[in-house]
Amino acid sequence: MQDLLQHLINGLSLGSIYALIALGYTMVYGVLQLINFAHSEVYMMGAFAAYYSASALNLEARPGVLSLMILLFVAIFFCSCLGVLIEFLAYRPLRKAPKINVLITAIGVSLFLQYSAQVFFGADPKVFPQVLENTTLFTFFDVPIKSLDLSVFVVTLVSMILLYLFIFFTKYGKALRAVSCQIQVAPLMGISVNRMISLTFVLGSSLAGVGSVLVGLKYPKIEPLMGLLFGMKAFVAAVLGGIGNIPGAVIGGLLMGLSEEMVVAYLSSTYRDALAFGLLIFILIFKPTGILGKNSAEKV
Amino acid sequence: MPKKFKLFFNSNYFPLVVLVFIGALGWGASFALDSFVQLLLVYLVINMILASSLNLINGITGQFSLGHAGFMAIGAYSSAFLSLWLNRHFGLGENAPSLIFIVLALAAGASAGLAGYLVGLPSLRLKGDYLAVVTLGFSEIIRVVIINTNEIGGPRGFGGFLAPQSFLFSFTHALFWLVFCYFLIQRLLKSNLGRSFLSVREDEIAAESLGVDTTKTKVRAFVISSFFAGVAGSLFAHFVAYLTPQTFSFAKTVDIIIMVVLGGMGSLEGCLIAAVIVTLLPEALRPLQDLTGVDLRMLIYSLMLILVMILRPQGIYGILQSFKKRPGAK
Repeated sequence: MQDLLQHLINGLSLGSIYALIALGYTMVYGVLQLINFAHSEVYMMGAFAAYYSASALNLEARPGVLSLMILLFVAIFFCSCLGVLIEFLAYRPLRKAPKINVLITAIGVSLFLQYSAQVFFGADPKVFPQVLENTTLFTFFDVPIKSLDLSVFVVTLVSMILLYLFIFFTKYGKALRAVSCQIQVAPLMGISVNRMISLTFVLGSSLAGVGSVLVGLKYPKIEPLMGLLFGMKAFVAAVLGGIGNIPGAVIGGLLMGLSEEMVVAYLSSTYRDALAFGLLIFILIFKPTGILGKNSAEKV
Repeated sequence: MPKKFKLFFNSNYFPLVVLVFIGALGWGASFALDSFVQLLLVYLVINMILASSLNLINGITGQFSLGHAGFMAIGAYSSAFLSLWLNRHFGLGENAPSLIFIVLALAAGASAGLAGYLVGLPSLRLKGDYLAVVTLGFSEIIRVVIINTNEIGGPRGFGGFLAPQSFLFSFTHALFWLVFCYFLIQRLLKSNLGRSFLSVREDEIAAESLGVDTTKTKVRAFVISSFFAGVAGSLFAHFVAYLTPQTFSFAKTVDIIIMVVLGGMGSLEGCLIAAVIVTLLPEALRPLQDLTGVDLRMLIYSLMLILVMILRPQGIYGILQSFKKRPGAK
């Protein structure tokens, strides 16, 4: 029982990070119908930006909530700039091109970022600075609740609530939903589609930045290829919840994290990476629209 | 093109003539060239098979698969394992008859084709971009399974199976499959099935309304494509005689994708030309790499992907065609 509870906590904390990254995939998909392969590399770059700024500011010497906030801010800023830049340079010229061409470009951008990171940062893994001490805050049914797990959960929750408020209660959020609903009609309502797409990339990449710092805290090993597998799993989480659907991405991410933790705990850890793709094939066979997705008939 | 030559080009003997011609070149090459150039030549032919087969699914049928390295791995490992088994039971040893490699290539193709059927059936019912992720995931699963299977060497690598002794045989055998693959696809495009491949690419809804079973068509293209990926895997396995799971990583798939995209998606000739470029480019870059000490290959490839898509989505073949005079133009 105690073990199970511990695995549940680990799964929730991993799952909430998956959910953060999955939100970026699902939002871009909702607007552009594009699997943004470069999203996982934005996340990787965010981790490196946080790593370098932490060593420049010597944050490891002053662990605490303030240091965490600084790192989060740096990663969010860097990632959103990178996301907008990618959209502007690589995707915008292809707005009217066939979907597959944009997909290939996305893969190209992803590889380009991966390998330039290997050239500039080196291929060897680096240790992420521990800006937060991992102490036991309190025990819950004999299970110690660590400060890291709790802060991962709290930061995720806060950013999701902010995102929710932004999308459903502001004018920009309304415009965003309009573009995602009908990209041809939205400009007739006076909405600048290009600006809204940039905004989508800002939001998604900021969440990726938050996720990158949290992953760095929880699994303190960062390397240029860290985004590839993590990003694919987050994407599977987005599909699991129903791609294009924001609450779906959160549910999918949590389910993904929990099931991965359970596989590692009770089956075998060597197959943890195969689980995500097995799950994806399973969903695609039985419920291709995901848990919360709605089935829409294709119209000519 | 003169009419007589055109007739010859379309005749049933043309593939045979091509095979004999390039085979003769290979025979010359087996005397004249050193073993490094010979190695490159065989890699080149294998890459051409991979590019042509991926072109069938990504270019001609308009789907997007990212799992070609996975199918190649299935072919390579099943062929190697089968040859080891044959050797153990029949004691073929060093002087294995050449015919056995053709049988092995067929078996490898069949197993990869079967895998393609199993993966394609669920994922091809859906839109193209899901297929990209499912196939990428599939090739990762294959790699994880290989790493965790001790019978085929696991992460250490797999060796000690049959390998042909002469370069000439390896080359002509690979060449045979390339010519077979190229002309099969070329003839296929003029057939009923090939037309339905193209119709699926152009407009799936319209194709369906004309009575094309789109899912079945896509699965067929996928199976043929993975069959040849398996064959290429078998050729690769017996030529290098040692397999490691790292060979079949995502980077291998990217190599093949570049060939198809650079050559111009859907163009049979274009992807062959691009295969030459992609195979020889790392060799040409070697001095630069020695100078700077960084692996620039993947950086250049990825930039190429982005730039080709933005500036010239029709690829090399489009460039070549724009030089050719259009019939009827003054």
